[in-house]
Amino acid sequence: MKFSFFKRGGSAPVARERLQILLAHERIERTQPDLVAKLRKEILAVIGKHVKLDPDMVQVKMEHGSTVSTLEIEIELPNGLQGVIMPGAAA
Amino acid sequence: MAKVLVVTSGKGGVGKTTSTAALGAALAQAGEKVVVIDFDVGLRNLDLVMGAERRVVFDLVNVVQGMAKLSQALIRDKRLETLWLLPASQTRDKDALTEEGVQSVIVELRSKFDWVICDSPAGIERGAQLAMRYADAAVIVTNPEVSSVRDSDRIIGMLDSKTEKAEKGERMDKHLLITRYDPARASRGDMLSIDDVLEILSTPLLGIIPESEEVLRASNVGTPVTLNNTDSVAARAYIDAAKRLNGENVSMIVPSMKRRLLDKLFARRAA
Repeated sequence: MKFSFFKRGGSAPVARERLQILLAHERIERTQPDLVAKLRKEILAVIGKHVKLDPDMVQVKMEHGSTVSTLEIEIELPNGLQGVIMPGAAA
Repeated sequence: MAKVLVVTSGKGGVGKTTSTAALGAALAQAGEKVVVIDFDVGLRNLDLVMGAERRVVFDLVNVVQGMAKLSQALIRDKRLETLWLLPASQTRDKDALTEEGVQSVIVELRSKFDWVICDSPAGIERGAQLAMRYADAAVIVTNPEVSSVRDSDRIIGMLDSKTEKAEKGERMDKHLLITRYDPARASRGDMLSIDDVLEILSTPLLGIIPESEEVLRASNVGTPVTLNNTDSVAARAYIDAAKRLNGENVSMIVPSMKRRLLDKLFARRAA
């Protein structure tokens, strides 16, 4: 016990580092859902002008790295597009 | 001009109710007209900490629902003439409070008091959101401990987005109150330091309340700690924090082992 009193460091620096990493992620996540939802909605609207689309077939994902973030958009289009393309819908 | 203050934390058991009572009493003692409101519907405790548990007749829910007038529900403190309590109800109905109802109560209290202090329930749900909704400023109560700091960060995010002030694009005034600070653990390096917490939460510091038996003793007898033993370290820290809320410039003292030893030495000499 006495020995630990003189020891520099302790567990606080670990706590501090864990918190800093965790909170950096959580802060981004807090603002992210809105952005992703907004992007998804607008992408759906744009594609929907030309193609009949199942909303569940559009996936929007955002990943945050330390230097860059990536936005991943995956849109599944049904085969036989001729049948679903709406020529007049773009007007 | 009245100021509406929310005392919040996210995490439970960090000292919101104790701090509400202590700050409210300290401000009232300085001559300010203060009302403390318990927003913890279903689990009220501010009445108990303030020693008014047997005087509750009507409560916040009764007022919001129009079953009682504000003047009928307000309880005047027996020790301080300018301190009032608006208790929460013990009803289990979660939707007992409405946004409009709370707003009209706050508007009415603003016209009658200098300070309206809202004691938030723990969590981030409806009750906590209603408690902060119409506030001008917030006191975020944090223990120097990982889960409390994480939850405080979450609450700070909500204060900046879900309050009326934030929605109007105005800045919510935020103050960090660090409670249950243990100088012995801090000196061993086993507790987040004040600087760590301030750096992580980047919120200005309102005060540091050391872990103290006085806090428990005061709640046992139903007296805000700032009235029970005015000379205790915890009481002095709360009184200083209240002064800072009131715009006074009071120097911040980080409780330390060294100081405590010195205090003891001086106390012995003086005796």
